[in-house]
Amino acid sequence: MAFISSGYNPDKPMEDRITDIGPRHYSEFLPPVIKNNKGKWLWHEILEPGVLMHKAESGDEVYTVRCGSPRLMGTETLREALEIADKHCDGYLRFTTRNNIEFMVDSKDKVQPLKDDLQSRKHEGGSYKFPVGGTGAGLTNIVHTQGWIHCHTPASDASGTVKVVMDELFEEFQQMRFPAQLRISMACCLNMCGAVHCSDIAILGYHRKPPIIDHKEVENLCEIPLAVAACPTAAIRPAKTTITDDRTGEEKTVKTVAIKNERCMFCGNCYTMCPALPLTDAEGDGLVIMAGGKVSNRISEPKFSKVVVAFIPNETPRWPSLAKCMRQLVDAYVKGAKKYERFGDWAERIGWERFFEVTGLEFTHHLIDDFRDPAYYTWRQTTNFKF
Amino acid sequence: MPKHETPLLDQLESGAWPSFVADLKRQAGSRQQKQNEIEFQIPVDVVDDLLGLLELSYVEKEVHWKHGGIVGVFGYGGGVIGRYCDQPEKFPGVAHFHTMRVNQPAGKYYKTDYLRQLCDLWDFRGSGLTNMHGSTGDIVLLGTTTPQLEEIFYELTHKMDQDLGGSGSNLRTPAACLGESRCEWACYDTQELCYQMTMEYQDELHRPAFPYKFKFKFDGCPNGCVASIARADMSFIGTWRDDIRIDQEAVAAYVGGEIKPNGGAHAGKDWGPFDIQKEVIDLCPTKCMWMEGGKLNINDRECTRCMHCINVMPRALRIGNDRGLSILCGAKAPILDGAQLGSLLVPFMKVDESYDGVKEVIENIWDWWMEEGKNRERLGETMKRQGFQKLLEVTGIDPDPRHVSEPRHNPYIFWKEEEVPGGFERDINDYRSRHPK
Repeated sequence: MAFISSGYNPDKPMEDRITDIGPRHYSEFLPPVIKNNKGKWLWHEILEPGVLMHKAESGDEVYTVRCGSPRLMGTETLREALEIADKHCDGYLRFTTRNNIEFMVDSKDKVQPLKDDLQSRKHEGGSYKFPVGGTGAGLTNIVHTQGWIHCHTPASDASGTVKVVMDELFEEFQQMRFPAQLRISMACCLNMCGAVHCSDIAILGYHRKPPIIDHKEVENLCEIPLAVAACPTAAIRPAKTTITDDRTGEEKTVKTVAIKNERCMFCGNCYTMCPALPLTDAEGDGLVIMAGGKVSNRISEPKFSKVVVAFIPNETPRWPSLAKCMRQLVDAYVKGAKKYERFGDWAERIGWERFFEVTGLEFTHHLIDDFRDPAYYTWRQTTNFKF
Repeated sequence: MPKHETPLLDQLESGAWPSFVADLKRQAGSRQQKQNEIEFQIPVDVVDDLLGLLELSYVEKEVHWKHGGIVGVFGYGGGVIGRYCDQPEKFPGVAHFHTMRVNQPAGKYYKTDYLRQLCDLWDFRGSGLTNMHGSTGDIVLLGTTTPQLEEIFYELTHKMDQDLGGSGSNLRTPAACLGESRCEWACYDTQELCYQMTMEYQDELHRPAFPYKFKFKFDGCPNGCVASIARADMSFIGTWRDDIRIDQEAVAAYVGGEIKPNGGAHAGKDWGPFDIQKEVIDLCPTKCMWMEGGKLNINDRECTRCMHCINVMPRALRIGNDRGLSILCGAKAPILDGAQLGSLLVPFMKVDESYDGVKEVIENIWDWWMEEGKNRERLGETMKRQGFQKLLEVTGIDPDPRHVSEPRHNPYIFWKEEEVPGGFERDINDYRSRHPK
């Protein structure tokens, strides 16, 4: 493996340096039918699951075939998507915010061959490479974070949990028989780089044990005042302790921190500030399920997802309890909701007391908010409730 | 032969949904195959070792990446996420496994020649693994070594005219919905505004000078397809202030069952014949619509533009012509003080090609937040700590009932001295002359 230079000269980093040029302008990448009709679209229609048609004032039509992708994709699969785009779409494609791939063609007769091509491609293990679907009142792709693949604070894996849930609900990706669209999201810790807190159903990795204090390292790795300040519940204070030096065997007093366990809410913010306070733990870590959030302003205001299951263990590799829980939630929603009713609107209409009954989920003390002022607004201040 | 046995991960190859394990194995195999053609600049078995490391996490149910890692390219404070494995002896291929964020084109449209060039570069100098795309919107190139960072940056900027995205306490890579490019509901050109703001604030994007991360997201309409209202410190959401355009013939066609409601989104189940009263008029949150003499009427003054009627009847109802955007501030995920949705700051603003109005709001907010925000405090938390009035003050925006869902619940008003006649300084002797002890 010989090192091959790009032309960059490490001795003169500023030589020929190009910076602050930003992204490529999107107009370079728009297919002609899109470019010609930008800002002049009239209406659209979903012709079948995964296939959209947009009509322009000019009379032009663009047909979009949407398919799922695992967010984690190697260049081999990506190149295969590019081949498909070259073959059917004159070398253009796009990706959606929810990690779907969209292939666009400018006439209806090009749709079926494209769709057949996408549906025919499978991995050796049997999974689709590019399953067509993800439109309308159905299930679309799950947005998710890195998990054990690349993150340093996860309480679960993202790719694995998503694969399991999408397998469990796969036919709904290729159907449109839900009352409204269902948006599922997954974040492997509450930093939520995927901002899953306003999803119809959110899967969230969570720790349940306070940090382990690496007394030998706190002073070396951390600014103790920052670690103390990082704690939202003031559970961390500066402390001193005696340790045995690994090399000399001598006892010595070192600066460290002490943690009031009963105050810890396991957010991991201290670990972000101080690497000597790891939280990850096989038994402690797992998943929280939240439901009933949305970002759209349609009919009702955007709203947060609510915690409906306090804990599901990390049952690798296929998380059966998670899959079962998702099935329970989806089945109850599909059975009970009215046309156009999002998951959260349905839960609010029937009332959360009824929600736990029809989903078969257990209501435990963990589900009552006790974090700061907003908690009060979630308690019931009325005698109006259902038996 | 795979380098590591992965009996747990192997169980994720079955099932219909695209298997990331199958994808990783395919990538690992391709690197083995191509090692004589391509002079790989990082270990050939990087993906094999990633599979091995991930299998270990599946066995132990604990993560094996070390905390953080400060690496980057010269002069930038973001765009690279350093990652080191805590089992480098067992898995040397992922001893270093840094990620690079590449600023995506607005709307995520691509030509294949561009992406192929990126694949070539990433196969040569990285693991070949990507996310198309990361949550914030960047193209994510997953896994390379420290010596390759400058080389990749050099090739991106010199050969692909392409810059990195943001990470750390800076402006994160802005993202937009596809907007006018393929949507009849876009109330402004989301892609262009996203591009313009990205270019205007390159310095803020690449050189962290903020208390914490800061996100812009651009949604073309209140449907909110990039979820700006849930996750952007500043959300730019398209809206209009005149009347919804009605095509009465198309309304009749929906009522007569000739056109499927909601663009055919409910086709998989028999919901019965379309009922405009039940499905549109009764679901309108402000009840501002009614049928009269076979015609649909809308009292637009009462409409809050929730999009429901337009979503249900896209061929009959169209967004108004006097379009612009609303700006909301402070959305964030739970860490640290709890999640927030964006709060409305600018009810309506026209977007002109100077973008001066938008820039003025942005820069006023930054001046305040950079001065007052604490370390690791998102804008929403600064707003909570100092109050919405402060946000109005620093942006010079007059209070408006549109700013609240309801007025305050308590009388604890922080009156300012200049608002109260006579000021706060008083003489106790004067008081005692009227009120002896």
